[in-house]
Amino acid sequence: MLEAISLTKTYPPRMGLSMPWRRPAPVVAVRAASLCVAPGEVLGIIGQSGSGKSTLGRMLVGLEKPSSGRIMIGGEDVADLLRRDRMAFYRRIQMVFQDPYGSINPQHGVFETVTRPLLYQRERDTKVLQARAKDALERVGLRPAARYLETHPHRLSGGQRQRLCIARAMILEPRYLVADEPISMLDVSIKWDIIRLLKRLVTEEGLALIYITHDLATVRSLCHRVMIMRAGEIVEEGPVDAVLDAPRHEYTRALIAACPSGVPEVAA
Amino acid sequence: MRLLLVSGRQFIRVVTATTTGKIALAICLLCLVIGVFAPWIAPFDPAQKHYEAGKLLRLSPPSWKHWLGTTSLGRDVLSQMIWGVRPALLVGFSVALGSAIIGANIGLLAGYFGGRLDNALMRFTDIVMGVPFLPFVIVMLSVTGKGLWSLILAMVLVMWRASARIIRAQVLSLKEMPFVSAARITGGSELAILYREIAPNILPLALVNMAFTLAWAITTEASIGFLGFGDPDVISWGGIIYDAFASQAMYRAPWWVAPPGIAIMVLVSAVYLVGREYESVVNPRLGGR
Repeated sequence: MLEAISLTKTYPPRMGLSMPWRRPAPVVAVRAASLCVAPGEVLGIIGQSGSGKSTLGRMLVGLEKPSSGRIMIGGEDVADLLRRDRMAFYRRIQMVFQDPYGSINPQHGVFETVTRPLLYQRERDTKVLQARAKDALERVGLRPAARYLETHPHRLSGGQRQRLCIARAMILEPRYLVADEPISMLDVSIKWDIIRLLKRLVTEEGLALIYITHDLATVRSLCHRVMIMRAGEIVEEGPVDAVLDAPRHEYTRALIAACPSGVPEVAA
Repeated sequence: MRLLLVSGRQFIRVVTATTTGKIALAICLLCLVIGVFAPWIAPFDPAQKHYEAGKLLRLSPPSWKHWLGTTSLGRDVLSQMIWGVRPALLVGFSVALGSAIIGANIGLLAGYFGGRLDNALMRFTDIVMGVPFLPFVIVMLSVTGKGLWSLILAMVLVMWRASARIIRAQVLSLKEMPFVSAARITGGSELAILYREIAPNILPLALVNMAFTLAWAITTEASIGFLGFGDPDVISWGGIIYDAFASQAMYRAPWWVAPPGIAIMVLVSAVYLVGREYESVVNPRLGGR
């Protein structure tokens, strides 16, 4: 179980020159957000740009330190765990980023990209690395793995690169995965493949997924529960069908109305 | 190691893609070969005094025996020229390598850690930026004494400043890339992220800078030699021109002055052009590949 209790993230204000006598207020990126996910469950976090959903995701994996609130993973306090055993925390939760180009080091080959996490976790045996790299690539549908291991990521398409990023995250066998808009930079034809892959990891391997997006169509097919965020606050939360079919908050209604669905109507 | 191999291969592929690059690289390699095999290529000992019919062969114009004539002390100019490649390349490569290592590390640390460290390192860089090179090297050599290695040290102490700034700027943008976040949450330590994830990405930039520093160092070594601050035990191109100037033969013996002058010009241009060709990889705005 991954639990966040009243997470808040504030950034120190930019010192403005316009009104130096007025002390500017700190920027609140996330305000008192609580959530929980269990193994085999997908939680969707929906919101427009700047709603704080990415910041929330980054706090969950330890990339940002919460200003207040706490995160519990498997009953342990994350702040504690990070202090005591950083590596153990990283083996439990991983993240897939939005940009499949920027999130792969341009100097690394496919093998290096996918095995780097193991190297950081002090695994040096080349045979083990080879075997686990092959396994990780096949698991995300990069088959035959041997062929991909020889290539360089710049020869891969956006979708294949995102699969490689998922393989890199999954090679540490995490029980929780945060996917921050993993499909927003991909071609429409590719994005459903990635969604299917994530769905398989959840149903077959019991992964708990936190899926951050603003793509409502994929939310409906992938998520069990959703949270709607606006301006750093969670405005609505519930089972996916309940929230999307009968939204209670007016912001959710506006969000759903703004999203195109089904076949576009063509004016006669 | 593997990375150096890959970078080396890329370097050669990019530079030899154009005719200019091929010619420039060929000139550099030719100088390298001459420098390495100088004792076997040079027809005479460069310090040997030549006599003809019992008289010192002063300022003899080019002849079949002395292709580039002789100096006022009866020494063979061609042999001096060939030996003179050595200090030019030694100083050039040492300064380029030394300043790249120092500059890259300062740039990496300042850019990556930011904050106070960045502030301290960059203000220090600013101070070094203001140091005028010639007075600095003259003062330094007066303390340490003339010598090739003191000269190299003086140049390194000044030249790291340019690459430090350029590399810092590059690191500032690289450290925001998601692959750095990915490395962090998979367990990479700060040093691992800095030297295993970011540093390989600034290698091409450091190489370009090295080429330009190399060209600058060769010119500067010659200027220092001409000013008379060169190592008196080492024959260098700048030193050859200094000798010609000191013995007031500048305008009487063009065969003595022109060869080192032309050699400096050709080698420096060649090194510069190699650097420029390679720069097109790092800076796509220059067009081409």
